[in-house]
Amino acid sequence: MDYNWDWGVFFRSTGIGDEIYLDWFVAGFGWTLAVALVGWIIALLLGSLLGVLRTLPNRWLSGIASAYVELFRNVPLLVQLFLWYFLVPDLLPTPLELWFKQDLSPATSAYLSVVVCLGLFTAARVCEQVRTGIQALPRGQTAAAQALGLRSGQIYRQVLLPQAFRIIIPPLTSEFLNIIKNSSVASLIGLMELLAQTRQTAEFTTNLFEAFTLATLIYFTLNMSLMLFMRWIEKKVAVPGLIGGGK
Amino acid sequence: MISIRNVSKWYGDFQVLTDCTTEVRKGEVVVVCGPSGSGKSTLIKCVNALEPFQQGDIEVDGTSLAAPKTDLPKLRARVGMVFQHFELFPHLTVTENLTLAQIKVLGRGKAEATEKGLALLDRVGLAAHAHKHPGQLSGGQQQRVAIARALAMDPVVMLFDEPTSALDPEMVNEVLDVMVQLAQEGMTMMCVTHEMGFARKVADRVIFMDRGNIVEDCATEAFFGDIAARCERARQFLAKILPH
Amino acid sequence: MDFSSIPAALPALWEGMQTTLLLLALGVLGSVLLGTLLAILRLSHNPLLAGIASAYVNYFRSIPLLLVIIWFYFAVPFVLRWITGEDTPVGAFASCLVAFVMFEAAFYCEIVRAGIQSIPHGQMSAAQALGMTYGQSMRLVILPQAFRKMTPLLLQQSIILFQDTSLVYSVGLMDFLNAARSHGDIIGQPHEFLIFAGLVYFVVSFAASQLVKRLQKRLTV
Repeated sequence: MDYNWDWGVFFRSTGIGDEIYLDWFVAGFGWTLAVALVGWIIALLLGSLLGVLRTLPNRWLSGIASAYVELFRNVPLLVQLFLWYFLVPDLLPTPLELWFKQDLSPATSAYLSVVVCLGLFTAARVCEQVRTGIQALPRGQTAAAQALGLRSGQIYRQVLLPQAFRIIIPPLTSEFLNIIKNSSVASLIGLMELLAQTRQTAEFTTNLFEAFTLATLIYFTLNMSLMLFMRWIEKKVAVPGLIGGGK
Repeated sequence: MISIRNVSKWYGDFQVLTDCTTEVRKGEVVVVCGPSGSGKSTLIKCVNALEPFQQGDIEVDGTSLAAPKTDLPKLRARVGMVFQHFELFPHLTVTENLTLAQIKVLGRGKAEATEKGLALLDRVGLAAHAHKHPGQLSGGQQQRVAIARALAMDPVVMLFDEPTSALDPEMVNEVLDVMVQLAQEGMTMMCVTHEMGFARKVADRVIFMDRGNIVEDCATEAFFGDIAARCERARQFLAKILPH
Repeated sequence: MDFSSIPAALPALWEGMQTTLLLLALGVLGSVLLGTLLAILRLSHNPLLAGIASAYVNYFRSIPLLLVIIWFYFAVPFVLRWITGEDTPVGAFASCLVAFVMFEAAFYCEIVRAGIQSIPHGQMSAAQALGMTYGQSMRLVILPQAFRKMTPLLLQQSIILFQDTSLVYSVGLMDFLNAARSHGDIIGQPHEFLIFAGLVYFVVSFAASQLVKRLQKRLTV
């Protein structure tokens, strides 16, 4: 065995200023969160809209939403990311293209690409969950709301969506956890998020087991704590007597 | 053949069987009855160790269930069991249902097992259905296949756990007829059932259970003949279940 | 956009696709086997075994696949050297396969577990009442029924795995995506090759998932 275990590696200087390796992990963690959170906001908004469209009687609207889902679900995430990062900027009008390629720092342009990519990718999955949630509601709910004179928009906002979202908290939680994990693909276009920092630490220090163990622990802890947090939220918003609610 | 001695069983804090003791002799037919939740199904499942018990012992054909060395699969292979919900294996054909355990447990050859299985299938009157899947049969037919499946193992005793209570009324008799025939051929049988007509016709003894206790255990003629001598709970039960 | 140079590159791309498909086939095989084993452990009455299996599943479900691929790429040669005591060269293919099998097993485990639990309890009782051991009952009665029920889910997960194989790009394995990328770079048409790669992934995944949907309908009727 010629491997030198050294758990103190994280407190060693990187040789750049007075940085230690732990600082890299902190910075990487920050990027990971920044990608996941903003991507999630896009996914939730767009996904909810698409999910509602899929339940509408209008064939064109539900068809568009369904085509969106098929397209974004059947192309690998990494291919989508490359398309957003390498191809889309070239298709932009020249001033925008120059802004993206020259004015923005490499980190910012990578960040923008990955956020848009993950947001749209995850929206397809959120859409399916929202649709399932709405369709799981008894048909009588829509009828009752219509009988009260509510309009379509009101029915969705006031009656269907508030119930549907409560039902789909668990699958939405796992989609949120997925977006955190998926954000690691950003490392492949040079964004120094958690995985990229881990890989870099492993290569600089040759303490690869320590570096990857720490990264694993961070992902694991983040996942577990978010899961517990979402379970708490689920209980908190549960309606007594409703599906999954208390008595 | 079966000797149950001081068996008690708990689910957590809840006692489902209290100090149950009884005997089923070779060739005897014993009917176990009682209100739902009285522990009769649990007791019969203890006999082939599908349910574990915490106190007492059960001996089947000389083998003690409580003894830690007992090879339970080997013992169960000699005890036939028929379930309330048939429990045929839906992914297998009728023939495969009849031969699977013969081949895998008893080590019989495929030809021998098939021959045996088909003969029994013929005996329960279903020879024409050998190649069907269980889902294509009626409930009564499925239960008759299940009886044939158990018989194919050449059991020394047969256990019946409410074999007719999941059936539509018009199918009850076709299953009871098979059971009566079995009893008349001298099979040792322990049957949990509410079919009092069956009990009167073929049972040697009737056991009445209530809240985990065996409260009556007597000869069939005495059980139905001298109702006044029965305990309060048994009288109430019989009053509800017997035609007036 | 000029797609005229793609036909000439097809043989090379097909070679990449073969790597992708081989990785997929071996990956599915290995991870379904390991996943089934994990599922049986998770459902066993032995709290230690059940605990180990559930820790395994929770662990791999909470970390990114990409991290596992990269970590194993670095770590597998190390581990092998500890075991064998000598330098054993393993390519990216082997380390990626190990990563996929170990990672995906956690997901297949949950599918298989749900499948086993969907089989009524009486089936196990009936099998045991016929004298079968626990292992025989599982193998001959429970698993055949469970696998039938979960075939659509297993296939769906395999379509996801097909797409996930593209992540081996990160360790330089010449799979389909990497073949398309490097060809595009050499010829100077990266966009066209990237679009073509996306299109191929889309057609394969879309067609496969439509077939799965049809199968699902046939199974439920």
